[in-house]
Amino acid sequence: MQTTMKTNRILRLFFTYAFLLFVTVLIIYPLLWTVGASFNPGNSLISTSIIPENPTLDHYKELFAGKESLQYGKWYWNSLKISIFTMLGTMITVSFTAFAFSRFRFKGRKNALMLFLLLQMIPQFAALIALFVLAQILGMMNSHWLLILLYIGGQIPMNTYLMKGYMDSIPMDLDESAKIDGASNTRIFWQIILPLSRPMLAVVAMNGFTGPLGDFVLSSVILRTPDSYTLPIGLYKLVNDVMGASYTTFAAGAILISIPIAITFLLLQKQFVSGLTAGGTKG
Amino acid sequence: MQHRTIAPLLSIIPGLGQFYNKQWVKGLVFLILAASFFVAFGDLLNMGFWGLFTLGTQVPRDNSIFLLAEGIIALIVSAFGLGIYYWNLKDAYHNGKLRDENFPVTSLKSEYQNLIGQGYPYLISGPSLFLLIFAVIFPILFSFALAFTNYDLYHSPPANLADWVGLETFAEIFTVDIWRSTFFDVLAWTVIWTLVASSLQVSLGVFLAIVVNQKEVRFKKFFRTILVLPWAVPGFVTILIFAGLFNDSFGAINNDILAFFGMDPIPWMTDEKWARVALIFMQGWLGFPYIFIVTTGVLQSIPEDLYEAATIDGASIFAKFKNITMPMILIAMAPIIITQFTFNFNNFNIIYLFNGGGPAVAGSTAGGTDILVSWIYKLTMQSSQYSLAAALTILLSIFVIGIALWQFRRTNSFKEGA
Repeated sequence: MQTTMKTNRILRLFFTYAFLLFVTVLIIYPLLWTVGASFNPGNSLISTSIIPENPTLDHYKELFAGKESLQYGKWYWNSLKISIFTMLGTMITVSFTAFAFSRFRFKGRKNALMLFLLLQMIPQFAALIALFVLAQILGMMNSHWLLILLYIGGQIPMNTYLMKGYMDSIPMDLDESAKIDGASNTRIFWQIILPLSRPMLAVVAMNGFTGPLGDFVLSSVILRTPDSYTLPIGLYKLVNDVMGASYTTFAAGAILISIPIAITFLLLQKQFVSGLTAGGTKG
Repeated sequence: MQHRTIAPLLSIIPGLGQFYNKQWVKGLVFLILAASFFVAFGDLLNMGFWGLFTLGTQVPRDNSIFLLAEGIIALIVSAFGLGIYYWNLKDAYHNGKLRDENFPVTSLKSEYQNLIGQGYPYLISGPSLFLLIFAVIFPILFSFALAFTNYDLYHSPPANLADWVGLETFAEIFTVDIWRSTFFDVLAWTVIWTLVASSLQVSLGVFLAIVVNQKEVRFKKFFRTILVLPWAVPGFVTILIFAGLFNDSFGAINNDILAFFGMDPIPWMTDEKWARVALIFMQGWLGFPYIFIVTTGVLQSIPEDLYEAATIDGASIFAKFKNITMPMILIAMAPIIITQFTFNFNNFNIIYLFNGGGPAVAGSTAGGTDILVSWIYKLTMQSSQYSLAAALTILLSIFVIGIALWQFRRTNSFKEGA
């Protein structure tokens, strides 16, 4: 009896580790392959190996060589700018709006909540045709600020719901006792509600940052000239214009964006995981 | 007649009812508001509604699309105007009623303080609402309106006018053979894609969380970091990397891995079936970490006592899993799991960035792996079939809203049960 249980346990652990190792390889392989490709000489991938025989930095240099169709530095800057401003705008608008919905009972509140719920369900994709048509006719092309406003607008409904749900769970007694002590609404917001909502604020910040960073649909409609591209469009065009001929250069570009993002993500993970689980269980 | 009847009747011209109630300042404010509304927006409303009904009558003077846009803005402005108008009527009725009951009407000072006190939530949520109207509601209304016109390459300004055609486009989706067959092909694949890819990523995430969370497993931190990596790397980068890995001629999967096992290369990009397999595999790879993280959180919050009590009662590992772990995960994660489905239903990036929805299908505007959203994107950007794309957008929205409402009711019933 004792021994079968022990062999059972060993078997289970063996399969556990074998499986985890297999998954680890599955995850690491594509990433390492990209790193390898970025250091491989030449444009062709046929000769690519994960550990290149003659590693070269040529592809990294080419990214910044300032070609008309390959303005990597510019794309990088555009992407960061759009993502950061969207993130800030989303955090500000969403926390104020969620505060209003969570702490005040005002006329139209129910209707506004219904509207937000409905808008949260309709994908922003539904606006695509309008934006394409209007951007063309009105000459709103290539404007990053327009794009930022559109992104913030798209982020508001869902994130307001998340934030409102989280703020609802903060006891009302806290603000009431502060109010008795003479604190204004704005002060209660900044000094009590906002600090306590930090886990959900982290989730909202992450949504606001990663949403625009990965977006291809809206940005490809509005951004048409190479110097206004963001990374998704720029890299997509780079890969697809001459398929295969510039894949190694793409790999170098992919590495330069992925590493800082992945590191930031892993470092900040703790901040938003608690918010995510809270949002998940509260629905 | 009672004051409560006369005052709102007079307020049909804004402000008069307030004058009747002897609230001079307020009446004046309403009167000025109404007058300036018509002065400021009169032309827009006039032009907008004319354009909205006719969509233009003369080429090249009229641009149907501009007129439509103006018309929708006119609608939004009118909605605001009507809101204020309704407030004016209600105010007149309210104060008329106070007079009927021999109460004094509200004083200007108390109304002002009321406005400041009650105005706070409007003040702080106003900017969001404005942004929503400009960036979301207006474009969506505009897109939806296009579905009821015949706007396409042959009916576009400045050379031609577009016209209202009612439900014709919707009818055509179901009656024109090529459109009907494309629509149902794409819809079928969209549904399969959503179900299979989401189930794969959810079950993979839950399974891995349980595996790593076993008490005896060492290096938990290491494994967790590795398993989160696919989420940490930006999705569009990963999809493009996979597009290279799966490439028929130079991709590493054909050239290195399959060749290593002595297998023939597989046409991942050019064969519809294999492209679909590759997409589902990729979504599993990309999507499981999120579920993994949340499940890990749920697992850690399950009290240890439950398991200990079960062990004392002689429950096997599987009994514990089935009766404790699984129900806990499912209850806590139901909303998140459903979000995965709606996310994949609209997962444009993976389909489009992988191989543009290809391979191409002869005689069809949609490729072999196109889902509804990527097909709509192509119809808009590549073949200028705006009204068709708009009609499909409406169908898609109805579908998504239906699912979301169902989810909403479910989560609500969860709350009531708790």
